[in-house]
Amino acid sequence: MTRAARVGALAAALALAAGACKERVPREDPKYPRDLLRDAAVPLQPPDAALPPEPGRARPAAAAFRAQDGQWVMPLGDYAGTRYSGLDQITTANVGELKLAWHYDLKLARGQEATPLVVDGTMYVVTSFPNLLYAFDLARPGPAVKWVYDPEPARASQGVACCDHVNRGAAYAGGRLFYATLDNVAVAVDAQSGRELWRTRLGDIHRGETMTMAPLVVRGRVFFGNSGGEFGVRGWVKALDTATGAVAWTAYATGPDAEVLIGPGFRPFYAKDRGRDLGVATWPAGHWKIGGGTMWGWLNYDPELDLLYYGTANAAPWNPEQRPGDNKWTATLFARRPDTGEAVWAYQWDPHNVFDWDGVNESTLLDMPVDGEMRRVLVRAERNGFVYVIDRATGEVLSATPYVHSTVVKGVDTRSGHPILDLDKKPGYGRTVHGICPAVPGAKDWEPTAFSPRTGLLYIPANNLCMDVEGMEANYIAGTPYMGASVKMYPGPGKHRGEVIGWDPVNRRKVWTIKEKFVTWSGPLATGGDLVFYGTMDRWLKAVDARTGRLLWQYRTATGIIAPPISYRGPDGKQYVAVLSGPGGWAGAVVSVPLDPRDQTAGKGFANAMADLPEYTGRGGHLYVFALP
Amino acid sequence: MRGLLLALAAGVVLAGCKRHDRFADARHVTQAEDPRDQAPRVQPGPAPPEPEAFRARALPVRNPYEGDAKAIQEGRRLYRWMNCNGCHAEGGGSIGPPLWDDQWRYGGRGIDIAESILHGRPDGMPRFAGHLPEDQVWKIVAYVQSLEPRGGPYHAGVK
Repeated sequence: MTRAARVGALAAALALAAGACKERVPREDPKYPRDLLRDAAVPLQPPDAALPPEPGRARPAAAAFRAQDGQWVMPLGDYAGTRYSGLDQITTANVGELKLAWHYDLKLARGQEATPLVVDGTMYVVTSFPNLLYAFDLARPGPAVKWVYDPEPARASQGVACCDHVNRGAAYAGGRLFYATLDNVAVAVDAQSGRELWRTRLGDIHRGETMTMAPLVVRGRVFFGNSGGEFGVRGWVKALDTATGAVAWTAYATGPDAEVLIGPGFRPFYAKDRGRDLGVATWPAGHWKIGGGTMWGWLNYDPELDLLYYGTANAAPWNPEQRPGDNKWTATLFARRPDTGEAVWAYQWDPHNVFDWDGVNESTLLDMPVDGEMRRVLVRAERNGFVYVIDRATGEVLSATPYVHSTVVKGVDTRSGHPILDLDKKPGYGRTVHGICPAVPGAKDWEPTAFSPRTGLLYIPANNLCMDVEGMEANYIAGTPYMGASVKMYPGPGKHRGEVIGWDPVNRRKVWTIKEKFVTWSGPLATGGDLVFYGTMDRWLKAVDARTGRLLWQYRTATGIIAPPISYRGPDGKQYVAVLSGPGGWAGAVVSVPLDPRDQTAGKGFANAMADLPEYTGRGGHLYVFALP
Repeated sequence: MRGLLLALAAGVVLAGCKRHDRFADARHVTQAEDPRDQAPRVQPGPAPPEPEAFRARALPVRNPYEGDAKAIQEGRRLYRWMNCNGCHAEGGGSIGPPLWDDQWRYGGRGIDIAESILHGRPDGMPRFAGHLPEDQVWKIVAYVQSLEPRGGPYHAGVK
């Protein structure tokens, strides 16, 4: 259908939107002077000086931390990835009075995974396909739509998106918003007017590439990565000039060193990660070109070490017997220079990627005692069910501790960096392997953790799923799935499918845990009021005591939640909590597509584990904002 | 389907906004370089050129292999080999919609299904024209038409 025909057929909808289109007067709010926000990528204040220095407790990396006490400028909250708001009006004592302040119906059926941003008295929300960007004026009674930007992504991109049509949000810097569309276009939008400033096409849907991740900005560069590990794409991260959208560098995950941006300055900690052109040599001939290693997750940055961190996703195809070798650099954590992309170190935590676990989860940059000595570390709740504590200057694994049940990982040898796997459970041609835990989404999927400097705890949204895998030969046809595995997932021991864990990274133990009916696909938020907020797929937004995990408040949303909540101070001085609802993503495709779970392999095996989700939620995207009365 | 309409409606709404709000000259497109890829590709969505074999004559309305057990078996093999299961699973859907129910976006007749396979559909069904000879397309169609809902959630205790 042409656009003219669409306009003709749906003129009524257009009329409805007229009000929204007019509200575009730029505002200057005295509470948020613009010059302070020229580059939100620079921390605005030193780390929370009010925090009592407590020896023996983990603290966020000082230069990367920014206690969000009024705004929410990047999806992970800060470069350290704490997802912590210092706001403390809402406390464990009064959270029971929290009420809905306003609500907005996005009128979209697919899953909403984005973290809203709040900058300069405006809230910005990126939706699932068609990837609209909403600006809400927080100075007026909500919901007050300031403008809506439509990047007009190609419809056909929906056919190559592995796991629903989600988007994880935007980055903000210097009065501009940056995000990716499903059809691989990076856009920059003026924060005041909603005007498009530039667009750069980064990938090709005809090769199975899409983009769903939230970018990160460091010093005039904005970093993007691709999705499509289920289509045999070649993973990359690209740095774009924030002013023009020109590509400054591209770092591939596979291939020759020159294209992975591995040069003389590359110093991996482990011997297994040293050698020439390992991105070619650790694959069957030429397979690296379709070998995966995408980057659809999170980036972190340490300004003190000037290192950019991210991990790469699974190797393609899923059937590991089709790609003998370590398959570098899939399932690898990289540390790079943001200006040049040059790799400083890399650690392949899952060589050969036997169970298709991606490595794209966020890191949390902490300073904490390890064996009595303060270390600069990054902490990762990895998909294999282990919390890794890694020296973020060198890539040395200091510890790896299980946080969920695993039947296939016995441990991690911190001297060699190798995981110790039960290879009797390795999937392959013509056989079905039963009882692999964690399942393909891993013990934790993309949904980010939170960290509170007040409690010293990491809040981990975990999955409790196991799987059976039948291996077969995958046939590569560009633009179609390239998997070679038929998967069935089901609940792990205890039958609960999700868990939210209060984890002590110093003493490497669970302090508390909450079992959830469904997988927890919503990354928690930690606040200065000693609360942890998170959403559930059976339609609850919950607030629990950050120290004990005790449930203190919950609100029943219209649809299930798979997005991370945020907190901000409104122009009226009050603390607010905001979250998107809208089930979908891989976990909720049984509702959002919808799928038929009688087919145990539907949704790459996930529908089977979520067969009862339609009894708890329907489809639909909504924005919720809460405050004390 | 309602969701699709809503999504379309939202698209229209925003197309409306754009006329007032956007400056066409502010947009410029930078084509990033991509590594070459020699492997065969399919095209998500419909594309105008049709292969010679199918342009020459109209498709028969009725599937010559409908109900043919041997052809259905062969269709099942091809369904997997062409990665149909990657998007539609064994009929319950994944990236694409389920195929074993009686809901069809573009019609459930054999010729409609063949049309979808050959020429693709706007929401991303790839076009396989040129990748398969006609009789193999009809075998896949016969297999798809033979699919019926079956099975059930695996492992007691899912609820």
